[in-house]
Amino acid sequence: MELLHVELLSGALFSLGLFGVLARRNAIMVLIAIELMLNAVNINLVGYAAYTDPERVAGQVIAIFVITIAAAEVGLALAIILRLYRNRGTVNLDEVNLLKW
Amino acid sequence: MSLELFAFLGMAVLVLAGGLGAVTAKNIAHAALFLLISLAGIAGVFILLVSEFLALVQILIYGGAVTIVLLFALMLTRVEDFSNVLDNAQRPIAAILAALVFGAMAAVFLTEPLPSQPLHRAGIESIGNALFTQWAIPFEVASLVLLVALIGAIIIARGSERGNE
Repeated sequence: MELLHVELLSGALFSLGLFGVLARRNAIMVLIAIELMLNAVNINLVGYAAYTDPERVAGQVIAIFVITIAAAEVGLALAIILRLYRNRGTVNLDEVNLLKW
Repeated sequence: MSLELFAFLGMAVLVLAGGLGAVTAKNIAHAALFLLISLAGIAGVFILLVSEFLALVQILIYGGAVTIVLLFALMLTRVEDFSNVLDNAQRPIAAILAALVFGAMAAVFLTEPLPSQPLHRAGIESIGNALFTQWAIPFEVASLVLLVALIGAIIIARGSERGNE
């Protein structure tokens, strides 16, 4: 197992998340795809931290911060989605287009 | 093919199959459960990269908290009919763009020399030392971010029984 395999896995997962963000209509599915992208970044960080200098734990510490921010972001995004559902009756992102030109 | 590579391939199949299922499932609850499978696979990858503390944190926070909160929100914003196609019209463009991004990343990974030292264990003592000495200020800022997110989520999602004053 080399760093190349870990990096390819991270890149593939990031591309899957990118496809999900661009192609999904439901807001919660877009949120799931964003979580996939954040996890791909975490795999990248931890992979580099494991394969470089032994004194540098910066990769794992930054991965902990990414997990923290992702958890906070999921909570806030779901609160916004709940408010959107209460006001508009839908979480379909194609129908939330009041600001569109 | 060493045992480590075999285990990594198994975990990678779990991660990518879960990710693929999460972005292509027709049922939203199935997509959330596929995400859970993918996150468990990522925890396995972390264990293979001798980062056991991060694997534990991943399972606890992502599998334990984030997935549950997603399922709760799913329950509260129930769509009545699942016969609608759950993808919008940008699906082919999105697939092409995702393939292009992966192609660019793979081209960089396959041509650049990557560091290849043997795996070392950065124990939890070194992570704890780093979090409280060198990374102390981002640590405090992260706790502040969590507090702000908590207060913001409560305010945003609070019911509208109070009227519009």
